[in-house]
Amino acid sequence: MINGIHINYYMMLSTILFIIGAIGVMSRRNTIILFMCVELMLNAVNLLLVAFSTLHNDSSGQVFVFFIMAVAAAEVAVGLAILSMIYRNIKSIDTHLLGNLKN
Amino acid sequence: MLGYTITQWLFGILSFLAIMFALMVVFSRSPVNSVLYLVLTFFCIAGHYLLMNAQFLAVVHIAVYAGAIMVLFLFVIMLMNLNQDNEPQKTALSKAIAALIGGMLLFVMVGALKGTENLNLQPQSNATEIGLVKNLGRVLFSEYLFPFEIVSVLLLAALVGAIMLGKKEVKS
Repeated sequence: MINGIHINYYMMLSTILFIIGAIGVMSRRNTIILFMCVELMLNAVNLLLVAFSTLHNDSSGQVFVFFIMAVAAAEVAVGLAILSMIYRNIKSIDTHLLGNLKN
Repeated sequence: MLGYTITQWLFGILSFLAIMFALMVVFSRSPVNSVLYLVLTFFCIAGHYLLMNAQFLAVVHIAVYAGAIMVLFLFVIMLMNLNQDNEPQKTALSKAIAALIGGMLLFVMVGALKGTENLNLQPQSNATEIGLVKNLGRVLFSEYLFPFEIVSVLLLAALVGAIMLGKKEVKS
């Protein structure tokens, strides 16, 4: 129990958020929205890490979340740079057009 | 109120809002709307962090995600001039398959978590002050000092990489 809330509810919430992100990755074609859904999945995992770190009264989980945030920031910066370069070359960020990278 | 404490009410409301906004991110047709809904989702998650007394992470989450990453997304979307009209759509069949796979994954995960509500996990102690800046900073700069320095190298590499990728190629 974290402040009167059972850890089970946190597990359910982050599972649902993760699966919404996964459905978004599978059902959209816009690469930027794919990126956003990946962020959503990362955040679902972060939420569960913080919940268990609070439950076990151990700071390591929260430090881990801090590092995940730093890695996510780096990933988004490089990913969006790649996307804008692709957009400059083929004038689209549709995933179906990115299938053949050599052309 | 109906046998629930104020924290439980807040948890319920924040969870509902987070799930609704996350669904709007996936299903809204315009990319700009998706970004704005994602910002709202991140605010709900920051509220969850506050409920768990992780104030440092709540502030960092808002600063990094809502402040930096989402602004980057918005700028890129506006540079590419994406809107509802030229938004590529998958066929209804592949969307239905994606929803089916997601639903099956949800079913399996919820089924796997089914037995955990009887698990009587109690906090080790009631003093949950590990999320405060003081305690987290002490852990970060003693136990996790080396990873912390490595993260700065990672961010530098990402910075250089983004500039290298983003600049126009010089015709030689």
